[in-house]
Amino acid sequence: MIKTTCTLIVLGSITAILLASCTTVKEYQKNRLNDGEMTLGNRKVEKTELSFESYREGASGANGAKSGGGCGCN
Amino acid sequence: MKKLNLAILAMFAGILYAHAQTPADSGTYKNRKLQLEEVNIISSYYHQDGDHAAVTGGIGTQNLTDLSNSIQVTLSKYDKRDRKHTWNVELGIDHYTSASSDKIDPKTISSASSADTRFYPSVSWEMENKNGTTVGAGVSFSHEFDYQSIGASLLFAQKTHNKMGEFSLKLQTYQDNLKLIYPIELRTDGGGNGEHEDYATAGRKTYSGSVSWSQIVNSRFQLMFLMDVIYQSGYLGLPFHRVYFNDNSVHVEKLPDSRLKIPLGLRANYFLGDKVVLRGYYRYYHDNWSITAHTASLETSVKLSPFYSVTPFYRYNHQVGTKYFAGYQAHTSADEYYTSNYDLSGFDSHFFGAGIRMMPPHGVFGWQHFNMLELRYGHYTQTNGLQANIVSLNLKFK
Repeated sequence: MIKTTCTLIVLGSITAILLASCTTVKEYQKNRLNDGEMTLGNRKVEKTELSFESYREGASGANGAKSGGGCGCN
Repeated sequence: MKKLNLAILAMFAGILYAHAQTPADSGTYKNRKLQLEEVNIISSYYHQDGDHAAVTGGIGTQNLTDLSNSIQVTLSKYDKRDRKHTWNVELGIDHYTSASSDKIDPKTISSASSADTRFYPSVSWEMENKNGTTVGAGVSFSHEFDYQSIGASLLFAQKTHNKMGEFSLKLQTYQDNLKLIYPIELRTDGGGNGEHEDYATAGRKTYSGSVSWSQIVNSRFQLMFLMDVIYQSGYLGLPFHRVYFNDNSVHVEKLPDSRLKIPLGLRANYFLGDKVVLRGYYRYYHDNWSITAHTASLETSVKLSPFYSVTPFYRYNHQVGTKYFAGYQAHTSADEYYTSNYDLSGFDSHFFGAGIRMMPPHGVFGWQHFNMLELRYGHYTQTNGLQANIVSLNLKFK
């Protein structure tokens, strides 16, 4: 539980620092952000990779994929 | 001359009349008919091998091959209030062959349990309004010989006023039902060939809440913070997983009937220069079965041209195993819970490979509707000896 709290604090601090340095980006300046490779999610081609990782490892979730249930996995 | 002037006047009048017929604000016109946005076909071939099969109590081959195919269709339309409705319809079929599953009943040769087919359709709907609010819902179904699942989800997302950030909340549930197919020597009714028996069943319920915050930091950098809380209850082991105690007696895996998982993730994407995109990911995971894991990955997409890119990737995972795990003949009769499933043990894993993506402007192979082709290969190893290879292909049509 202490480790979880520490991780939360570290992730929260990193996020806070990054958010503090945000600058407003206008729509016409978003050409790089709108690039297909910049998507903040999984590629569709990763679908089976995420599935076998959730079968073969005890950890899952926080990646947009299934995090338990729906199949005979753990 | 008069005729010429009249002709010029008539021409100008014609042009003015034509302009007068043009809609005043054609820029805001949106097609309100249901449109096909894209179709994705995803196929994968996965093969693994190792020496720690859970079916045989932590020893024996883990040889398994899985062939999966799915088709995803995305449709959209705008309603009268300019809200965009998107429907996703997916149909997936996986077929696997497993050497260890064949050992549930070792008296048979290539029994029904050596292979299975999973069939999983799903439908989801999302609606986004002009204020950047999205709501959605979905249902899913999954069927294989010994496992059935019904799933449902609800989604709410809200963009910030300046469209630089987005908050998202997704609630999901899976209501599963599994047949209790025990190893042949542990069946109390004497057992049969396993194909026509009426097996007892057990339930498994999963409830999850996923929260995410995505943020544009600058014109090259964006990140996403993710957190899931997952609660599972019911039969959480698998009935055909054997456990051999130190007195050589054999038992069925026994695990607690509830599990709480909390994974936290951070994604960060950075556009470096004009040709390189760095995609980083980190996840911390902890659950009340005492599994803790750290996962980090980095993908580097190198744009060979605006339409072609190559993406090498590497993923590292460090897992501290559950306290309920012990290997072959290591458990004792004093243990309340026990498993010899190496997926829940402590190990490090490495996953690396590369992908290639093609999006030529006139379509792949010159076929205009064939919008994108992506091919990806990965090699996966665990420090407990498991090795796997996977090849995946995504074909996108628009």
